[in-house]
Amino acid sequence: MAQEIKDNDERDDAVVENNRREVERAASQGPDEISDREIEARAKRALDGDREQGIRRSAARDHDDRKYHDRGDRNGGGSNRALIGLGLGLATAGAAAFFFAKSREDDIGDGPLLSDAPDHVLRGKALQKARNTEPGTALVGRTVTVNKPKQELYAVWRDFTRFPEFMDNVRQITKIDEQRSEWLIEAPAGATVQVRTRIVEDEPGNTIAWVSEPDSQIETAGRVEFADAPPGRGTYVRLVMRYTPPAGTLGRMVAKVMQREPQVQARRDLNRFKSLMETGEIATNASPSGRKSESPTEARV
Amino acid sequence: MRALTWHGRHDVRVDTVPDPEIVNPRDAIIKVTSTAICGSDLHLYDAYIPTLRAGDVLGHEFMGEVVEVGSKSTLKKGQRVVVPFTISCGQCFFCEKQQFSACDNSNPAETSDASEALMGHSMGAAFGYAHLTGGYAGGQAEYVRVPYSDVGPLVVPDGLEDDQVLFLSDILPTGYQGAFNADIEPGDTVAVWGCGPVGLFAIQSAFLLGAHRVIAIDHYPNRLKLAKEKGADILDYREVNVLDALKEMTGGIGPDAVIDCVGMESHGMAIDNVVDTVKAHTFLGTDRPHALRQMIIACRKGGKVSIPGVYGGFVDKFPIGALMEKGLQVKSGQTHMQRWMKPLLEHIQKGEIDTTWFISHHAPLEQAAEMYRHWHDEQNTYTKIVLKPEMAKSAQSTPSAARVIEPA
Ligand SMILES: NC(=O)c1ccc[n+]([C@@H]2O[C@H](COP(=O)([O-])OP(=O)(O)OC[C@H]3O[C@@H](n4cnc5c(N)ncnc54)[C@H](O)[C@@H]3O)[C@@H](O)[C@H]2O)c1
Ligand SMILES: [Zn+2]
Ligand SMILES: [Zn+2]
Repeated sequence: MAQEIKDNDERDDAVVENNRREVERAASQGPDEISDREIEARAKRALDGDREQGIRRSAARDHDDRKYHDRGDRNGGGSNRALIGLGLGLATAGAAAFFFAKSREDDIGDGPLLSDAPDHVLRGKALQKARNTEPGTALVGRTVTVNKPKQELYAVWRDFTRFPEFMDNVRQITKIDEQRSEWLIEAPAGATVQVRTRIVEDEPGNTIAWVSEPDSQIETAGRVEFADAPPGRGTYVRLVMRYTPPAGTLGRMVAKVMQREPQVQARRDLNRFKSLMETGEIATNASPSGRKSESPTEARV
Repeated sequence: MRALTWHGRHDVRVDTVPDPEIVNPRDAIIKVTSTAICGSDLHLYDAYIPTLRAGDVLGHEFMGEVVEVGSKSTLKKGQRVVVPFTISCGQCFFCEKQQFSACDNSNPAETSDASEALMGHSMGAAFGYAHLTGGYAGGQAEYVRVPYSDVGPLVVPDGLEDDQVLFLSDILPTGYQGAFNADIEPGDTVAVWGCGPVGLFAIQSAFLLGAHRVIAIDHYPNRLKLAKEKGADILDYREVNVLDALKEMTGGIGPDAVIDCVGMESHGMAIDNVVDTVKAHTFLGTDRPHALRQMIIACRKGGKVSIPGVYGGFVDKFPIGALMEKGLQVKSGQTHMQRWMKPLLEHIQKGEIDTTWFISHHAPLEQAAEMYRHWHDEQNTYTKIVLKPEMAKSAQSTPSAARVIEPA
């Protein structure tokens, strides 16, 4: 599996070597099928000469790794099978690179941002240029399409007391007045934490934004935006949240829950909101299994 | 209740597990009367699909009687229904486009992360098929909880036997969509790799959709014979060079459309396949696409490639050059079940599709583990197995009267 493969030069080396050995072992084993010999021969012909060099060069470029040049030269004159082994190795390494490569910090210059994308997908230096970023806050966001008109979605979200239906860690929300709510949030080991929020922006059908009040145990700010999707497709719902690393032990504990994977949290909460709005219920895989610890009425992950 | 549970590679057992319960308003509980073992179950049995957990209930081809309904189900107790293997809400963007297997709501928020990370988007859910696709318990059991029961299950009209309609749950629509995705035009020769149940339905469907000729490829004599019985010309790949044969049989042009009814565990000792096997077992690669590579080389220029066979991860040495230079069209996917079930039921009622001639065995659910072994090891004689929870536990599995296959 791709996860097993670390983006690591030594390991890549091992993969290439290993594949080459596998191919050779395989070759000494069984009766080949003629048609496949042919495919193989075609592959060799296709890989011969300039193209062979080209493929190796481009692979090397992709990995930004001089060693592929060297290895290529070492194996280039060898058997067809070694060549295929090399190809397999590169492909495997390619998959690993695709998933695990650290993005290069490209120099983007000092000008204004060019991309028409929301702040929460900015990376590297661009992130530092994000509009509205405050130092020390983590920004996460996620957008889903919900197949309902935005007014309807806005109305449900505006009623904060419904959050526990689709937000994982929120146990209960009590309305204090039109702008303020008291959140009861679940923390590890059965503890709970209270947060009081105030709505700071409310544009019916379009936007709701809230921030925690100064005396809350954790500091958080959220914003949900509703925008028309292309005709007939409902609404783009975007949830953006900011967390500030909190003070105090309990605060830190809660933050751990809420921030462990804030991106995942936002994604799951939004998916559940979408599911509820579109289907009237939230999908659950609650069903029987042979595992003693599980109940057929509880979701399992 | 009793249910077939997975415990590891080549280890499945019939266990006692809790009964399912209604959880959501649109749910229904089905008492299973017939459930089949599928080629897709083999991928689980061989542990080729990640995220399956010990204790998971397998099975995605099933039908039965409605015994309980949630407040928003449109089904009624006592109705006989066949249940599609994919779980679809009917109301998201994809369901409205009739791309039901891409449903955005059925895979719960907690289990959809894995496939989103792996494939870029979360997959729709299915019964009895790993946590990647939702982790819902399957139908090789006495009872099943069926979500979205107002849009999934198809009520079976009176007068049709279980065997006639059971395969509306998966392989008939899958074979049909496989042929449909080949965009068959008059005069087309369609080549079908794999004469398992999916391939056999793809062959029948290709003719229904106007194919001039179908050429079927496999290496099991009995499966090839079943294909021939439905009008296909056949190739045993142990006897011929498949690429040469297809070219010669199509006047040098090659088949107009090719359909992959093999999937990720292609057989054969061809070198690429042996390498893929080693890699899959050492987790360097995941799938063994030998047949698919061959299909792409075989397909005529400007031809059509349809892939109902299941793949789950990554492949190497994919002939992307041939694909591009020949200008091939590729269509694929899990089957959009709800789109095909009703029209295919009509074909069955009119006698235009034979759904029973390839069933080789009926057996009690209690013998499911043994049946998995046969299904895996003896594909020549076990061409489709139907499990019956009600069948007496002591009863021997019977080669079905309809189909006693002579030795080849
Ligand atoms: N897309 C979907 O929604 C969907 C649904 C059901 C099944 N499937 C998939 O369809 C595939 C077939 O299902 P099935 O139930 O018929 O499985 P099966 O295992 O019964 O049949 C596969 C057949 O392919 C043959 N085969 C293997 N290697 C071959 C090769 N190199 N060339 C030609 N034939 C070869 C085998 O001998 C076997 O007869 C599986 O991958 C299954 O997972 C997909
Ligand atoms: Zn199936
Ligand atoms: Zn849907």
